[in-house]
Amino acid sequence: MPKLIKQGQLVEDHWQLAAADETATGYDGPVLVPLSVWLSQREHWLAYAHPVGLLVDGDAEPDEFAADLPHFSLIAIHFPAFTDGRGYSLARLLRERHHYQGELRATGDILRDQLQYLSRCGFDSFQLREGEDPAKALAGLADFSEHYQSALDQPVPLFRRRA
Amino acid sequence: MYIYDEIDQRIIDERVTQFRDQTRRFLAGELSEDDFRPLRLQNGLYVQRHAPMLRVAIPYGHLRSQQLRKLADIARRYDRGYAHFSTRQNIQFNWPELAKVPDILAELATVQMHAIQTSGNCVRNFTSDHFAGVAQDEVIDPRPYAEIMRQWFTFHPEFAYLPRKFKMALNGATHDRAAVFVHDIGINLIHNEQGEIGAQVIVGGGLGRTPIIGSIIKPFLPWQHLLSYCDAILRVYNRYGRRDNKYKARIKILVKALGPEVFAQMVEDEWQYTKDGPSTLTQAEFDRVAAHFQPPAYQAFASDDADYQQHLQSDPAFARWASRNVHGHKQAGYAAVTLSLKRLGTAPGDVTDAQMEAAADLADDYSFGELRVSHEQNLILADVPQHALYALWQRARALNLATPNIGMLTNMIACPGGDFCALANAKSIPIAEAIAERFEDLDYLFDVGELDLNISGCMNSCGHHHVGHIGILGVDKNGSEWYQISLGGHQGYDKHGTPAAIGKVIGPSFAQDEVAGVIEKIVGVYLDQRQDEERFIDTVKRVGIDPFKERVYAKAH
Repeated sequence: MPKLIKQGQLVEDHWQLAAADETATGYDGPVLVPLSVWLSQREHWLAYAHPVGLLVDGDAEPDEFAADLPHFSLIAIHFPAFTDGRGYSLARLLRERHHYQGELRATGDILRDQLQYLSRCGFDSFQLREGEDPAKALAGLADFSEHYQSALDQPVPLFRRRA
Repeated sequence: MYIYDEIDQRIIDERVTQFRDQTRRFLAGELSEDDFRPLRLQNGLYVQRHAPMLRVAIPYGHLRSQQLRKLADIARRYDRGYAHFSTRQNIQFNWPELAKVPDILAELATVQMHAIQTSGNCVRNFTSDHFAGVAQDEVIDPRPYAEIMRQWFTFHPEFAYLPRKFKMALNGATHDRAAVFVHDIGINLIHNEQGEIGAQVIVGGGLGRTPIIGSIIKPFLPWQHLLSYCDAILRVYNRYGRRDNKYKARIKILVKALGPEVFAQMVEDEWQYTKDGPSTLTQAEFDRVAAHFQPPAYQAFASDDADYQQHLQSDPAFARWASRNVHGHKQAGYAAVTLSLKRLGTAPGDVTDAQMEAAADLADDYSFGELRVSHEQNLILADVPQHALYALWQRARALNLATPNIGMLTNMIACPGGDFCALANAKSIPIAEAIAERFEDLDYLFDVGELDLNISGCMNSCGHHHVGHIGILGVDKNGSEWYQISLGGHQGYDKHGTPAAIGKVIGPSFAQDEVAGVIEKIVGVYLDQRQDEERFIDTVKRVGIDPFKERVYAKAH
């Protein structure tokens, strides 16, 4: 199983991805459900006995699924390319505006050089691009020891903390 | 000037370490060219025609003499003994070796300098008025706000991968020397009726392929909300700006597509959630930063120094220089001085290591050890006593830094063009050179008077040709270099109340060897048509571009 970085540790990924053409009955264990599947088979997945996660793209509108947030123990935001920064804003909206508390995972084209910014925007797990070594990437979470702006890891901006 | 504390220093030191490792991984083949490119660009590093180009940030154009000496030292040890001041108040090295860039950054960090976000699809280095703090028409000193905002956008985690680059400018004077209407966000600092300080926020201006004058989306934003409001603008842009076509990805396209009113409402809606939150600026922070921008230890001088007046009377060359390169000052008995980097035989904005060191000496001797870089690619000594102007001029002249041409045609703004830049369609430097030669005669140049001439080697418009009174744009026609000419552009409100405007193209483009002659004809039409003391731009406004077209495109036979 591919390794994940989760809360600064390397862990196994136990989630499987739901296919668009199958219903909840075909699965066992935690399942990550793409937003389109969730919207079309919502009733099935609400009745599912194991944890359900939601997979969205960076351009998703949180209002489409905000009411369902309590049902998810994982939300994964997919980055088609690491240069597509929409997922950063979406993550902050989920955390700060919709008060999502569960695991927030960055998937897709994720490299070590993005980890600290992602983490500051509220991501706490990272599925790196295939071929990347998560053990080597861990250091990327700590490139900087201090930050100027308000963000998830430190809501009080530096200017309010200077002596 | 702002001095780093331990935390500011630690952040740039950690950046050097981070970039050193990224460079190492790239050179070791662990990071592909595609993966490294956005990372190096966010550190100002391009791969150019001949070698990498490193763009070093000079936030809002402010420099200490010690920093300029370090830049000279880097030019000598890591480059070919010169560097180039850009139109966004930065400095560029054209020949560094990629493997040595981390060492250059480490050198820069020792004098509180860096190359952070001087390129890439992120919030770029801020620009402001090069006469900030000393201009007679200044309403609010923009520098504390500029520094506060510099810190806010530095390594902002949410906005490092925007659809496209993002440029901001800040102005606090009546005369808009920061060109706020042609930036992604432009900020005019103003007072409201109660005398409180706030920002007029302008969004969606820009040059490039689709030149647009920005729209005012917030007539008065109390200064305490600058960060949260700009966060809201950037969030709307980050989420909804186009990412499918890089030529339509700037915020101006989004603002135009939605309409400024709808865009403003989206920002307002977004802002309601963060307004009054922790990013709200405090008086304590403003005071902390503003303490770095207190006036220097001015002496009490008479407002019209007798020695200075006498030299103006007795030395016409000095008087000529003073009329163009010496600028009024808030403080009696002081003046701001432009050291012109525009002279025959040198590319606009280019400066040698020796000139940088000499300019640093001049700053130490005459201007409290500080300098500014203007977006017109010159150096400014902002606080020179009037009684020292004559001595300063003599030294500047010996250094080739005293061309008396500020505000005039030969103070051309030009990008490095196709001689250096991989993006350019055409060369800029030979065009600038040919025009400079044509207008070498100072009497003629002074007769022509105020005229902004801007040259860009391609649609990216680094030479800001759209806002030149005369703009020249290099275009590619079937693989050869041609030049399109526009008239009537203007960068922003000036003392005559002229607002920002985009120039109009006069017609088909010209071959390289025709350009200087065409400019001469255009100037000739102005000289024939002008009334009284009318400036070039005002004549163009009054008579339109037709008389210019007629003369320029008249058949020779």
